[in-house]
Amino acid sequence: MSDVIDRPMLEQELPARSRLRIIDCDIHPSLHARSDLNPFLSKRWQEHLKTFGDHLRTPYIGTTPYPRSSPLIARRDAWPPTGGPPGSDLDFMRKQHLDPLDIEFGLLQVLDMFIFSQQNLDFGAAIQRAVNEWQLAHWTSREPRLKAAILVGQDDAEAAVAEMERCAKIGQYVQINVSPRANEPLGRHRYWPIYACAQDLGLPLGIHVGGYGGHAPTGGGWPSYYAEEHQSNAHTMAATLTSLVLEGVPERFPRLKIVFIEGGFGWISSTMWRMDQHFERFRAEVPHLMRRPSEYVRQHFWFTTQPIDEPDEARHLRSLIEWVGVDRLLFSSDYPHWDFDDPRSAFRTPLTKAERQKIFNANARALYKL
Amino acid sequence: MAATRIDCDIHPAVGGTRTTLLPYLDDHWKEQVVSRAIDGLDLSSYPPNMPLSARPDWRPKNGKPGSDLAMVQRGAFDQLGASHAICNVLYGAQAVYDPYMAAAFCKAINDWIENEWLARDCRLRASIAIPLQAPDLAIEEIERRAGDNRFVSVLVLAQGESLLGRRHYWPVWQAAEKHRLPIAIHAGSQYRTAPSSVGWPSYRYEYYLAEAQAFQAQVLSLIYEGVFVKFPDLKVVLMESGVTWLPAFMWRANKTWRGVRVEVPWVDREPASIMRDHIRLTTQPFDNPPDAAGVADIIDMIGSDRMFLFSSDYPHWQFDGDDAIPPHLPPEIVSRMCADNPLKTFPRLSLEGGSHE
Repeated sequence: MSDVIDRPMLEQELPARSRLRIIDCDIHPSLHARSDLNPFLSKRWQEHLKTFGDHLRTPYIGTTPYPRSSPLIARRDAWPPTGGPPGSDLDFMRKQHLDPLDIEFGLLQVLDMFIFSQQNLDFGAAIQRAVNEWQLAHWTSREPRLKAAILVGQDDAEAAVAEMERCAKIGQYVQINVSPRANEPLGRHRYWPIYACAQDLGLPLGIHVGGYGGHAPTGGGWPSYYAEEHQSNAHTMAATLTSLVLEGVPERFPRLKIVFIEGGFGWISSTMWRMDQHFERFRAEVPHLMRRPSEYVRQHFWFTTQPIDEPDEARHLRSLIEWVGVDRLLFSSDYPHWDFDDPRSAFRTPLTKAERQKIFNANARALYKL
Repeated sequence: MAATRIDCDIHPAVGGTRTTLLPYLDDHWKEQVVSRAIDGLDLSSYPPNMPLSARPDWRPKNGKPGSDLAMVQRGAFDQLGASHAICNVLYGAQAVYDPYMAAAFCKAINDWIENEWLARDCRLRASIAIPLQAPDLAIEEIERRAGDNRFVSVLVLAQGESLLGRRHYWPVWQAAEKHRLPIAIHAGSQYRTAPSSVGWPSYRYEYYLAEAQAFQAQVLSLIYEGVFVKFPDLKVVLMESGVTWLPAFMWRANKTWRGVRVEVPWVDREPASIMRDHIRLTTQPFDNPPDAAGVADIIDMIGSDRMFLFSSDYPHWQFDGDDAIPPHLPPEIVSRMCADNPLKTFPRLSLEGGSHE
């Protein structure tokens, strides 16, 4: 077994054996500074940002209450030589990530500015709009391999729908993103206008781990350590999946496609088994479900692969992949974060050429119509 | 006598505070529960009429499922073939806010189970209900029962006031370790916080599913806070947690630990290895994969035959028929989980039965 943190990549390390081009479904671009957004914000919101700043359900203004294992959660080799935080320099991203790994398309996931969790909903909407414009101006218009997402605040569904419609008219965007840690579980009715609109627009709904919903990271309360909080991401995703399925979101919006991002995929099969195991007992409580829960998962949900599980035995990873289904998996690297998965070494189990093709490229190509 | 088969999780039911428990309360609390009508403390986690809460054939004509000793004896022993069974009472003493009320009710529950269950059937054992709301009172209750080997573990809920590894609980775990009592964490919630980071769910179904993640958080808390470093003889039993989430959970824990272990230098080996030594799980529900090959894979992935403890979860409706063993388990696992593993996990569980120290 190698360490979790893959060794830094060397520039000359070009992929030798394969012309399988990679679609990376989770790349994090970063602002140089918050003032980068000023061109996209009205005077009022520029002032607000400067004077009052974020209002989030978390104790600190400037950092997370669970200090990460590296500055800005980043790979230590990902700091651009030109200055600025990891992920902020397009040329360096090309040189370090897109070119050497032969990334055909990279899907941007902006985590800056706590977009989904702003308590002031009007400020949140202004920030969402600004970041959506910034993605086009600074990234996708300069680098056609990169694809933007429409980021919306799920807790103001009306504003979210307006922003989705505005961005969809522009085109360029390949999915709609909301946070799994919202005010309420994402399956609840208050969020359905967003799903109706996403279905109408024909854009997948992306749900990336993170956010400050105000609830403790676990059902047992607030943990003391980052090690615990980090793993709770998988719990968050399992709870989000059960909420969406049990509330009947795929039943009500049968053409909606939902992508879980950065949750990994180890937890999915047991979550499906558990849902199915108890379905008969609870069926009377959820009469709106016409099928077993796992059937909805296998038709309506996709999962990015990072952080990939690292069992000691290769055959165990193989079983895991088969249980979830090769068709449901989308490769992601999480560049430039510390728990980055390198496409050349992340899957420590034999995959057929056809399986590699699906996981690393074809599934995402079809889903996002790339 | 039939082969040893220890059912590690059955649920006798308290009829009510003003009825069942009244004889076991002191004068102050007798007066309180009557004059203030303090009753109906069945946990929100298990509404009695919900299908999961009791199998139809285990529902008595009158009263709550699990409230009638003769019926429990017929179900758990005659029908399901247990030779011994551990009673875990899920009445709501663990969830009240007043710490003195919690302590009085826990004491009453333990006195009731001793007098009306353990004393009447030498095949029964029990977990000690403790008022974890006040760790010092919880320790008092453990000490009160410590001389009676029929109490074989300490019962807490999977979702409480704070994660179980945290330091303010350590004196409780110290008392448990001293008396060779494993900590039995049972599904159920005090409803202090939402069952997951995404908030309060709509359905009981959803809530029940989320219990699995709460158990996982408790395991991580116990490991990362260093409880098993501090109390190396302590065992923790996850009761009604589901089982098949364990392999992927172990892998993710190992991977996360490799990445961030600088934060918790006292955790000096892989979390999965600590789990294999200290964590045990009851086998109902198992949350099976659909086929035998899947079950074989799960067993292989867990990498230990010591972690499983047989349970029926009587009278909860986890399965139909007379066989509480989850399908497709290999015979060597079944044999270990029915006898060897429970005997190792609950060292006070003397098969001679009912003896006092």
